[in-house]
Amino acid sequence: MFELSQKPLEAIDFKSQFSNPQAGAYVTFEGWVRNHNEGKDVLSLDYQSYESMAQKEAQKIIEEAKSKFEIYDVHCMHRVGQLQIGDMAVFVGVISAHRQAAFLACQYTIDQIKARVPIWKKEYYTDGDSGWVHCEHCSKVKISE
Amino acid sequence: MNIHVLYFAILREQAGMEKEIFVTDAANPSELYNQLKERFSFSMDPSKLKVAINEQFSDWQTPLSDGDTVAFLTPVAGG
Repeated sequence: MFELSQKPLEAIDFKSQFSNPQAGAYVTFEGWVRNHNEGKDVLSLDYQSYESMAQKEAQKIIEEAKSKFEIYDVHCMHRVGQLQIGDMAVFVGVISAHRQAAFLACQYTIDQIKARVPIWKKEYYTDGDSGWVHCEHCSKVKISE
Repeated sequence: MNIHVLYFAILREQAGMEKEIFVTDAANPSELYNQLKERFSFSMDPSKLKVAINEQFSDWQTPLSDGDTVAFLTPVAGG
């Protein structure tokens, strides 16, 4: 399951969305807005998405994770709109029988989301400047076919 | 033919719109981007972009059909 949200993710009880008595491991990742990027002090940021395509691409990633690793389920949510320092930008949660597969699937999911899902980030800096982040590092992550 | 063009991120700012129906003779996304780049003075070189046709990542040489939805995607930065 993948969702884009205009509302804060902090209040969501993600754990309660999973229900599987066979699960013995629950691995989560939260991405937060940090106050610096590439040497500049960040005040706030805007996430924009190509929503319909983001849904399709993220769903593909989740299906890939399920086929590559011995897991039961993946939930992912990503914020859009204006965020402040410390806000949760993205959540990924994976349940599996054993921890190893959940760790691997969680990392695979967030890496692929950062590399492929059409979401863009505009940062606003303390010096009054702003700019769209082009995520040079993420573009080097190998994209699965 | 009519192509639905969607603009995001810096291309949205430079085009000054979110979307439009663009009447074009462009045979493929490569030709379409060149026309739009000239029209809006887009700063992004096509080598830095990916193209999506009808919500699927596509090749720059894919023939366009009337009614297609095309988006030129700058490097993504989610997460």
